[in-house]
Amino acid sequence: MNNVYYGKLIFELSKPGRRGYSLPKNEFDGYSLEQLPVARRENKTLLPEVDELTVARHYTNMSNNNFGVDTGFYPLGSCTMKYNPKVNEELAALQGFNIHPSTPDCAAQGALKLYDEVQRTLAEISGLSRFTLNPYAGAHGELTGLMVIGTYHRQRGDVNRTKIIVPDSAHGTNPASAAVAGFQIVQVKSTAQGTVDVEDLKPLLGPDIAGMMMTNPNTLGLFETQIPEIARLVHECGGLMYYDGANLNPMLGVCRPGDMGFDVMHINLHKTFSTPHGGGGPGSGPVGVRAGLEHCLPNPQVVYNEEKGRYEQHFDEESLGSVSGFLGNFGVIIRAYAYLLTLGRENVPMAGRLSVLNANYIKERLRSHYKLPIDVVCKHEFVFDGLREEYGGDHHDAEHVTTLDVAKRLLDYGYHAPTIYFPLLFHEALMIEPTETESKDTLDAFIDVMIRIAEEAKSDPKMVKSAPHNTPIRRLDDVKAVKEPKFTFKAL
Amino acid sequence: MAKIIEGLYYSESHEYVRVEGEFGYVGITDYAQSQLGNVVYVDMPEEEDEVTAGEEFGAVESVKAASDLFSPVSGEVVEVNSALEDEPELINQDAFANWIMKVRMSDPSELENLLDAAAYAKICE
Repeated sequence: MNNVYYGKLIFELSKPGRRGYSLPKNEFDGYSLEQLPVARRENKTLLPEVDELTVARHYTNMSNNNFGVDTGFYPLGSCTMKYNPKVNEELAALQGFNIHPSTPDCAAQGALKLYDEVQRTLAEISGLSRFTLNPYAGAHGELTGLMVIGTYHRQRGDVNRTKIIVPDSAHGTNPASAAVAGFQIVQVKSTAQGTVDVEDLKPLLGPDIAGMMMTNPNTLGLFETQIPEIARLVHECGGLMYYDGANLNPMLGVCRPGDMGFDVMHINLHKTFSTPHGGGGPGSGPVGVRAGLEHCLPNPQVVYNEEKGRYEQHFDEESLGSVSGFLGNFGVIIRAYAYLLTLGRENVPMAGRLSVLNANYIKERLRSHYKLPIDVVCKHEFVFDGLREEYGGDHHDAEHVTTLDVAKRLLDYGYHAPTIYFPLLFHEALMIEPTETESKDTLDAFIDVMIRIAEEAKSDPKMVKSAPHNTPIRRLDDVKAVKEPKFTFKAL
Repeated sequence: MAKIIEGLYYSESHEYVRVEGEFGYVGITDYAQSQLGNVVYVDMPEEEDEVTAGEEFGAVESVKAASDLFSPVSGEVVEVNSALEDEPELINQDAFANWIMKVRMSDPSELENLLDAAAYAKICE
């Protein structure tokens, strides 16, 4: 590791007078800056003064320390960090898709057709009637979906439905999106088996319930087996069922949210449909609805005009309005289209099944070393509750090796850490989702490292508790970072 | 093992009340702080706020998670522990000494719904 260039900020590499350019001779020395009318800078710019080679090395070293699916295994639970096939990029780069968002419909027929085909494919996969691809991200999709629910109730004149039910195992975005959409949140508990407690749900239902948000399989990677009963109860009280598509991956081509009784859902193209994920996206959060709710979807919608034989952008007056300029992150939609066509109808179900097989394979091979709080066949992901007691995980011991320590030690072995301390149902949650795109060799290598870390935790807990040791930046002081945050270079 | 003090009232959501006359001092238990890890922020109510038994009155944020606080008793907040504003880590040092709010209890019979030390020790096992 060349820390001269990586461990510092570009400002710290600055030397007075260093330049990465040379200007031609100044022909305007005779002019005074006082003659400039307005907008004259009063202070120095304080830009770093560095030569070109330093800039190149600094940023190249920084980029080499980036971690992504293209550099290593990324078992982040509930995030579906699957591989993004390079053919997606080739198709998204086709010249014909490089069009201005204001291009008239008549000159953008190919793009509109692609939008409609993705929309229809997602509807088929989900068992719903129609999708909008306009929302820019998963949480934006959640907000849009909740606005659909609100619009539906308002249009029926049922204005007293102010509450959304959310399970205690839900992704944090669920209650957050519901609050932003103007709803109050009601929490429903999980049973000891980790699924929604139907008996706890029943007394919550009433004429003030707008709907219920669920993830299935839930954040523990468990299929909500009571889902037909839950959907029946929520519908009976007049509410709608919302499906958080973050965990759609294992369901692909096997079962459909629409068939389970869900009315509205979002999908994360950047999770399930192999478009880039993390690092600022851009993401895409399409929202689908069952038949009868299509008019609530945001404008514009893409429709095929049979009479004229062409695609058009349609603005529905009953729509909830617009949630985006134009038609969403179109470049991302192209990548998802490429993925869908690459797999095809025959292979989409294999993605779901293999993601389930991979998760269960890791779970079964590691359960001798890590605590498995809920012992059932999981779907695409599962949750351990830290190390087993015989491997230093006894939480009665103040010095026990925690999930955080295990996650930090994984960095030493070149893996991205899994999701930790979520869901909140367990104290030492460690959540692993391998996805279907990893080979058995990769899974075996990861399992070997996880076992080695458990053995290290037993034989040399101090070393594990002070990990990472091989990364350019060592263990950070989380408490200090929160209590004394420094946001600018000057604050250092 | 986490410390549990005799004579206090405990909730299943890991808050305690220490009763002195008509006042109740409410905080989180030693078990709660040990599970949360390093506490970095305590979101407290304001004086004169009304709190209701079983309802949220604030939150504790640690490096691991943010957790809502549920009031074990109803009444009016007469004082908050302002030392926690600058030093939330006091809760980690001694959760029972560093209460979060002092409440003038409007219905002391609510205390009967809470757990005693022995019953609370059972749910921490």
